[in-house]
Amino acid sequence: MTGKIVACFGNMVIAEIDGRVVQNAVGTCHRQDGAELLSEVIRVRGKLADLQVFEETRGLKVGDKVTFRDEMLSVTLGPGLLGQIYDGLQNPLPELADAVGYFLEPGHYIHGLNTEAKWAFTPTAETGATVRAGDVLGFVPEGMFTHQIMVPFAWRGEYKVASVAKAGEYTVADTIATLTDADGNEHPVTMQQDWPVKREMSAFKRRLMPSDPLVTRVRIIDTMFPVVRGGTYCIPGPFGAGKTVLQQITSRHAEIDVVVLTACGERAGEVVETIREFPELTDPRTGKSLMERTIIVCNTSAMPVAARDASVYTGVTLAEYYRQMGLDVLLLADSTSRWAQAMREISGRLEEIPGEEAYPAYLESRIADFYERAGAVELNDGRTASVTVGGTVSPAGGNFEEPVTQGTLKVVGAFHGLSRERSDARRYPAIDPLDSWSQYTGIIDAKKAGRVRALLRRGNEVRQMMTVVGEEGTPIDDFTAMLKAEFVDSVYLQQNAFDPVDAATPRERQEFVFGKVLDVVDLDFGFENKDDARKVMFRATDLFRNWNYAPWLPEGTNEHETEEETTTPNGQAQPQEPGADQGDQKQGEGENEGGKDQTRSEEEIVEGRSEEFKRILGEIEAFIAAKGRTGAQESDESKQAEPQEATAAE
Amino acid sequence: MRKYYDEITRIAGNVVTVRAEGVSYDELAVITTDRGPSLAQVIRLEADQVSLQIFAGTSGVSTGDKVRFLGRPMQVPFSDDLLGRVFDGSGRPRDGKPEVEADNVDIGSPAVNPIRRRMPDHMIETRIPMIDIFNSLVESQKLPIFSVAGEPYNEVLARVGLQADADVIILGGMGLRHDDYLKFRNRFEEGGMLGRTIMFVHTAADPTVETLMVPDLCLAVGEQYALAGKRVLVLLTDMTAFADALKEIAITMEQIPSNRGYPGDLYTQMARRYEKAVDFDEAGSMTVLACVTMPGDDVTHPVPDNTGYITEGQLYLRNGRIEPFGSLSRLKQQVNGDTRDDHRAIMNACIRLYADCTESREKRDMGFEMSAWDNKLLAYGEMFEDRILDLNVNIPLFDALDRCWDILAACFEPQETGIRRNIIDKHWPKDIGSQGPDNQEQETSETETQTAHAE
Repeated sequence: MTGKIVACFGNMVIAEIDGRVVQNAVGTCHRQDGAELLSEVIRVRGKLADLQVFEETRGLKVGDKVTFRDEMLSVTLGPGLLGQIYDGLQNPLPELADAVGYFLEPGHYIHGLNTEAKWAFTPTAETGATVRAGDVLGFVPEGMFTHQIMVPFAWRGEYKVASVAKAGEYTVADTIATLTDADGNEHPVTMQQDWPVKREMSAFKRRLMPSDPLVTRVRIIDTMFPVVRGGTYCIPGPFGAGKTVLQQITSRHAEIDVVVLTACGERAGEVVETIREFPELTDPRTGKSLMERTIIVCNTSAMPVAARDASVYTGVTLAEYYRQMGLDVLLLADSTSRWAQAMREISGRLEEIPGEEAYPAYLESRIADFYERAGAVELNDGRTASVTVGGTVSPAGGNFEEPVTQGTLKVVGAFHGLSRERSDARRYPAIDPLDSWSQYTGIIDAKKAGRVRALLRRGNEVRQMMTVVGEEGTPIDDFTAMLKAEFVDSVYLQQNAFDPVDAATPRERQEFVFGKVLDVVDLDFGFENKDDARKVMFRATDLFRNWNYAPWLPEGTNEHETEEETTTPNGQAQPQEPGADQGDQKQGEGENEGGKDQTRSEEEIVEGRSEEFKRILGEIEAFIAAKGRTGAQESDESKQAEPQEATAAE
Repeated sequence: MRKYYDEITRIAGNVVTVRAEGVSYDELAVITTDRGPSLAQVIRLEADQVSLQIFAGTSGVSTGDKVRFLGRPMQVPFSDDLLGRVFDGSGRPRDGKPEVEADNVDIGSPAVNPIRRRMPDHMIETRIPMIDIFNSLVESQKLPIFSVAGEPYNEVLARVGLQADADVIILGGMGLRHDDYLKFRNRFEEGGMLGRTIMFVHTAADPTVETLMVPDLCLAVGEQYALAGKRVLVLLTDMTAFADALKEIAITMEQIPSNRGYPGDLYTQMARRYEKAVDFDEAGSMTVLACVTMPGDDVTHPVPDNTGYITEGQLYLRNGRIEPFGSLSRLKQQVNGDTRDDHRAIMNACIRLYADCTESREKRDMGFEMSAWDNKLLAYGEMFEDRILDLNVNIPLFDALDRCWDILAACFEPQETGIRRNIIDKHWPKDIGSQGPDNQEQETSETETQTAHAE
C-alpha cells in the first residue's frame, strides 16, 4: 500500500492513498534524502489519510512517497526487556547513541530486543498438548526472574504442540516450538512476539478485585492513602511540588516485582538521573541492581510529540507482558498531562471541534482506557498477577479544576494531591493529607487512619482560628490538638527522601511506629500552659524523628537476607519443575499474607531491631508512661543533636 | 538555477501563501518586496499552496512579489569570528560589521539522546549570595527568572553573565527595549567581556517573526560550542515575548487556541528550546538562564506556568530582590554537598529562621505581643535582608557563608539555629558568638543588639 504526501504542517502529514488503509496502521514517510520517518494513521477521509509523524517533519515535500503496513504500532516482547532504556517507539537509546551519536536524528530505528544474545531455554510444554494464547511453552532465566515463553497473545483459538525445541541456547529469533492450528497448518513460535500498543493484552481468565496492598514504603501513602496491586492512583501537583521525586522514590522502594518507568514529555535531566543511578543502586529486598527489575521508556519533552503519545502505551504494554508471567508490575507514568497535551496538539491539527481548554472531546475516554489497563487478573493457569498504574498530572497553574486532572480523578482508585503550601513549607512528600483520598484498604486499619485524619483536620481548623484570635485566645485543648496534629505530620506524614533510612519505611515498621504515634496522640497530657504543651510535644517530635532515622535492622544485616521479609520476588530465581511451577510464582506473596494474619507480638518485632532503634523506643515508652513529664531536660540537648535541616532537603 | 514563484494567493498577519512546487517543510525562502528582501520560513504545505512566515512582516508585500526557496532550513554560521558580534533575529549583523563567513549549521537540531547526557555536578558561581548559597546555579541547568515589568531582571541577567565563570556567553534578546540592549552592550563592554560574548538581539521595534528565531539561533551556536568542549552560558530575555510571537502566528494560521489564546503546543515549543540545556558526555555544556515576565504578576499565566514545568527550578525576582521562599534550584542538591561542609546547614537554617521571622512580622503587624524570641527573629530578618538578600551584595560563595555565620552569631545562641553540633563547633565565629551577645557591637548596630536581646 502506498500513497503520496499532499500536505504537511507541524507533525502532521496528509497522504493521498490508492486503495485500502487501516486506521492506526503504521505508515512510513520517505524523505527525499532517503530517511524513513515512522507515522501512524489517525484519520481517513475518502482518499486522504491523516498521519501523525513520530519524528520532526522538517524536509518532507508534497509528493513524497508514503508506504503503509497493515500492522498497528507495536512493540516487540521477549526476554531482554528488563534493564532496557527505550524511547517511546521502543528504540533502545544506548544502541541508538552508539549508532547515531549525541542527537536523536530522525529516521533511525533499532529493534527493541537484542537479536544476537543467547538465552538458556528450558521447554515445559509437552508435544501433543493443547495450548492457547498466553500458555507457557518454556522459560529462560532473565536476571532474577524466570521469563516464560508463551504462545503469542494474538493467536486465536486452540493449537496443538507439534514440536518443542530441546533445552539449550537460543536467540529470540530462533524457533523454539511449532504449533498446529485446527486446520493443520503449522506455525513456528519464537521467543519474541509483537503486540499492538494501543490494544489491551487479554490472554487471561478473568479480572479480579484488586485488594492486596502495594507497599510503597512512603508512610503517608501506605497508611493514609493506600494503593493496591492492580489498582490505579494519580499524583497531581503544581510544578516544584515533588511529583517526580515521589515517583522516583516509589520506583526504588515499592514492594513489587517489575517497575516500568514512563517518562513522558518531562525533563531529560530527571531521566538521566534514573539512568545513571539505578544501575548503581541495590534493590534492598533482593540485593540485586535496581535496573534488573526496571524498564525505562523515555520520551522527554524535547523529543517529538507524537512519540510521546505512543510512549505511555508502550509502557503499559511492556507492563502487561510481565504480568502475563504471573508477576506484579508497577507502571509509573510521568506525566500524563504531557500525554494529554500531545493529544491536544494532534487534535488541533486535525481541526477537531475542541472541548474544554481545547482538549479533544475524547480526552476523558482515552484517559479511562489507559487507567483501565491496570488490574489484578487470574491467568489461564490460575496464577494471579497485576499491573498497577500510577500517573502524575501536571495541572496548568496547579489548579485541579482542569480537564486532565478531573478526567483522571473519575477513573482512579486513589488520589494523592500535592499542594504548593506543603512543598513551600518543605513538608515532603507534599501530599495534602486533607484533600487526598483512597478507596483502597491498606496495611493500617482504616478506622485508625481515620482518627488521624480527623485530628489533622481539627489541627488545621485550630491553626486557622489562631491566625484570627492569636495564641492567647486559643483554648488549651484546641491548642493541644493542633500540636498533636503537627506532631503526627512532622514525625509520620513527612519523610526525608534523602536519608537512607527514613526514605523507605517497610510495612512492619510502619505498623509498629504508627501504633506508637497513636499512643502519643491518645495521651491525655493535661497541659497547664501552652509553653509546657509546646515543650512536651517538641520532645515527642524530637524523639520520633530521631527514631525515624534509626536503622530498622541491626548493622550488617541486609533485608534480603533476613527471613521475616518475604518479598523476594516470587522465589523464582531457580528454574522450577515443569508443570509444577504453576502457582509457585506467587509463593512469596502467600507467605506474606500468612504473616499478616498472625501478627507477631511486639516483643518479637522489637527483637532483631537495631540497638539504636531499641534505645529510642525505650525513651519513647518512658515518655508515654510519664505523659511527657520526664526527660524534659535532655530534650534541650537532643534538640541540637538532631537538626531539622534534614527534613528540609528537597 | 533557482526558480522564483510570484503567485501569492493569501496575505494575512505575518503569513503569506504562495503557489509553489517541490518545497520542503521548514525550508527557508527569500521574498523580495519593494522594501527589499526578507527571509521567510515554510510553516505549512498544502498541495501546491505553501504558507510562509515572513520575518520582516507582510506590510507592503504585494501579490506579485517574488519568492525564492533556498532548499535548506534556517542556518547560522559558526566560527570563533562570532565572538564579540551582535546579530539580529534573522542572523544579520547588527553592529555594522560584515557578515561572518563560516560553515553553516542548521538551527533547531534534534533532541539530545538522554544516554549521552551527564549528571550535572558543577556549580556556577555568580557572586550573588541568594543564588550561590540558596539556589545554586548548576552547569547545564535551565533556570528562569520569574519577574514582572519594572523589576531589574535584565540587570540580574547581565550580572550573572559578567560574573559567572563560563567560556562563552550568548545573549538572546527578544522584544528588548533598545536602551536595554545598549545597557547590556555597555555592561559587557565595561566588563571586558565582549571577546567571549555573542549577542542575538531582537528589539521591540523589529518584526515579530524574528523573535521566534532568537532562541534557536542562540542555542544552535551554543550547542556547537558545547560540542567543541566549551562551557556555554545562554541568557534569554524575555521568553514571554517569544511565547507571544508564537501566539500571534498560531492565531494567524487559524490554530485552535488552548489557554488565553496561546497555541496548544506552547509547552512543546518552549520545551524544545529550554531542553537544549545540556551537559554532554565527554564534551562541554550549555546552561540556560531565561527571564520570564509574568503578565499581572500571575504565576499561573500559561508562559510562566509551562516554563516552571520544563525548567529545573525558578528564581522569583520581586521588589528588587530574589525571593527566598518560592525560588528553587532543583539541581542544587547535586552540588551544594561538595562546596563546603556548612553550605547545606547554612542554607536550611537561614531560610528557616527567615521564614520564622516572616511569621513574627505578621504577628507584630496584627498587634500581637512580641516574645523575646520574636524580637531576635525580627533583628535577624533585618540583617539578613541587608547583608545577604540585597541584590547589590557581590561576594563569593565562601565569603557569603562566613557572612551568614556572622549574622547568626550576632542574633542567636548556637543551639537556637538548629544546626548540627559538629558544624557549629567548626564554623561558629569563635571571637563573638560563643561569649554571648555582649561582644557583638562590631557585627551589629547598637539598636539591633538591643532589640535582639530585649527580654
